[in-house]
Amino acid sequence: MNINTTKIISLLFFIFSAFYLYTAYQIQVFSFDENAPFNARTFPIYLGYAGLFFSGLKIILPDPDSIKVEHKTLEYKKTFLLILIAIIYGATILKVGYFLTTSLFLLASYYFLGERRWILMFFLSFPFVAAFMYLLHGILEIYLRDPFLQSIGVMG
Amino acid sequence: MIEGILIGLTTALTFQNIFMVMIGCFFGTIIGMLPGLGPMTAIALMIPITYGFDPATGLILMAGVYYGAVFGGSTSSILLNAPGVPGTVATSFDGYPMAQQGKAGKALAIAAWSSFAGGTLSAIYLLFMAPSLSKVSLSFRSPDYFALMILGLTAIAAFSSKGQFLKAMIMVVLGLMLASVGQDSLSDITRFTFNNMNLTDGISFVLVVMATFAMSEALTIILRKNDPTSAARQVSLTELGSIKIDKGERRKMYKTIPRSSLIGFLIGVLPGAGATIASFLAYGMERNLVKDEEKDKFGKGSVNGLSAPETANNAACSGSFVPMLTLGIPGSGTTAVMLGALLGFGIQPGPRLYMTNPEIFWSVIMSMYIGMVVLLILNLPLIPYIARILAVPKNYLIPLILFFSITGIYVMSFNNFDIYLMIGIAIVATFLRLYDFPMPPLILAFVLGGLMEENLRRSLLLSNGSWSFLWDRPLTISILATTLLIVFWHIYKTTLNRNIK
Repeated sequence: MNINTTKIISLLFFIFSAFYLYTAYQIQVFSFDENAPFNARTFPIYLGYAGLFFSGLKIILPDPDSIKVEHKTLEYKKTFLLILIAIIYGATILKVGYFLTTSLFLLASYYFLGERRWILMFFLSFPFVAAFMYLLHGILEIYLRDPFLQSIGVMG
Repeated sequence: MIEGILIGLTTALTFQNIFMVMIGCFFGTIIGMLPGLGPMTAIALMIPITYGFDPATGLILMAGVYYGAVFGGSTSSILLNAPGVPGTVATSFDGYPMAQQGKAGKALAIAAWSSFAGGTLSAIYLLFMAPSLSKVSLSFRSPDYFALMILGLTAIAAFSSKGQFLKAMIMVVLGLMLASVGQDSLSDITRFTFNNMNLTDGISFVLVVMATFAMSEALTIILRKNDPTSAARQVSLTELGSIKIDKGERRKMYKTIPRSSLIGFLIGVLPGAGATIASFLAYGMERNLVKDEEKDKFGKGSVNGLSAPETANNAACSGSFVPMLTLGIPGSGTTAVMLGALLGFGIQPGPRLYMTNPEIFWSVIMSMYIGMVVLLILNLPLIPYIARILAVPKNYLIPLILFFSITGIYVMSFNNFDIYLMIGIAIVATFLRLYDFPMPPLILAFVLGGLMEENLRRSLLLSNGSWSFLWDRPLTISILATTLLIVFWHIYKTTLNRNIK
C-alpha cells in the first residue's frame, strides 16, 4: 500500500471519527430516553461509524490519482504572518474596538503582503473602515461595538 | 399564480430591491471574473450586509450576486481562457478562439444574450414548475425527506469530487459532524461542547461558510502565490471590438437557446449537478445536433458552441433554486449558502414557503428577470471598466477578503472565540484544499445536518426504531434507488476514465 499525504489525512480523520464516536457514546441522555428508538446520541453514533467507514475505505483502497504538493513552492511565511495578524486582530477587536483594530489589521496585512504605497494603504484602511462602519452602523443599523470610539465620544 | 406574480413584482420592483439586484449583479460580476473566487465566496461575503435587510431583499441581493458571478466567469473565460467559475469552462472552448479572432465584443454579446435568454426561459420554467412541485412535495413524509437529503449529499459528493468520491464523502461526514455540535434540538442536551459555553448554540453557519470559502480561499491564494487580479488587469487592456450580432448569428442562437435552456434547467433542478455539468452537456448536445459544416467550427469560434453552454449555465442557476424553494433542500453549494442565510432570518424554505412567505418566494423568481436585464444592459458595456476596478493588486484584495470574513462573524456574535474558531477551521480547510478535498459537500452537509437528524428522528420514532421506513413507501425506495444509481454510475465513469488513461 502506497502511503501518501491523502492517506495520512484519511488516517487522521479515521482517528478523529473514532474519538467522535467515543464521545458520542458518552453523551448523557435522560434515563427515560435511554432505550428510546432515537435519542440525542443516536445520530452522532451513526455519523461516527460513517466517518470510520469512508476514511477506512480511503486508507485501504488504492489511490491512483494521488495529489503531490510541492511544499517548497508554497508561501508559508506570508500565510503564517497573515494568520498571526488575524489572531491578534481577533484578540483585540472586543477590547479596543472595531474601527482602530480593523484599520490597523488592514494596514499591517497590506504591509506584510509587500505593499509599500503608504498613501494608498492609508486610504484603504482608516477612511475605508470608517465608510464601511457608516454603511453598517449608520445606514443598515447593524450594531457595531466600539469601546475606543465610545470613549472619545464619536459613537453613542 | 397571477396573484403570486403580482406580489413578487410589487416586492421586487421596489427601489430598494432593484438597487440590490444591481449591486448584487455588479459585485458578483467582479468576484466571478477573478479565477478561483466563485459565487459561493461572493455570496458568503455578502451575508453580513444582508443582516440589515428583510429576508426578501437579502435573498434578492444574494441571487443577483449569483447571476453576476456566473456572468463574470464567462467574461474571463472568453477574454483570457481563464474561467472564473467551473460553470464557464465550456464557454472558453469557443469564446476564447472568437476573442482571438478580434471578435471579443461579439463573443461577450453572444454570451450575454444567451445568458439572458437562458435565465429568462428558465425563470419561466421555474414560475410554472415551482408551485406545482411545492404542491407535490406536500405529500412528502419524513422518510422521503431523509432519503432526499441522502440523495442530495451523495449527488453533490459525486459531481463535485473530480473522481475522488471518497474524499467528498469524508467532507460530507465532517460537515454533518460539525452540525451536530451544540444543543440537541429536542432534548436540549449539549453534545461535543466539552463544557465550553461558546459552543452551546452550535457552530454558526456563517462562520463555517466564511472559514471554508472566503478565508481559506484567500489563504490558498497567498500560499500558492496565485494572483487572480492579474487576469482582470489583462481584461482591462483588451480591445473588445463591436458588440453587434448579425442576422445569421441570431438565427443560429434562436435554435440553440430553447434546447440548451431546457437541458440546463433540468440539470440544475437535480441535486448536486449544477451549472458545470449543464454547460458541458449542452455543449455536447449542440455539437451533435448542428449540421456538419457547423460541427467543424466547434472549438474554433462557433456561435452555437458559445451560446449553448452560456444558455445552459444560467438556466441551471435558476433550476438550482427549485429544490431549495420547494423542498427546502438545496441542490448546490451556492443555494446551500442561501438556505443557511434564510434559516438565519428565521425562515424555513420548503413546500409551505410560497403559502407562508409568498413575497419571498415570488420576489426571488421575479428578481431573476430583473437580474438578467441588469446584466445585459449594465454589465455588458461596463466590462472593461469593471475589470479596471478589479485590477487592484492582490496585496489589497486578500486583506479585504479577510476583513469582510472577520467582520461577518464579529457583527454576529461579538465574541473572540468565534473568530479563533473561524481561523482554525480556515487553516484546516486550506490544508484540505491543497489535497483536493472539496468544500461544497461540507457546506451542504452542514446546512442539512439538523434537518437530516430531525427527519431521521421522526422516521425512526414512527417505525418504532425499525429501519423499514426506508422501503415502506415507493417514493422513498425510488429516491434511494436514484442515489444508488448515481453512486454506481460515478464509480463506473471513474473506473472507465482510469482505464482510458
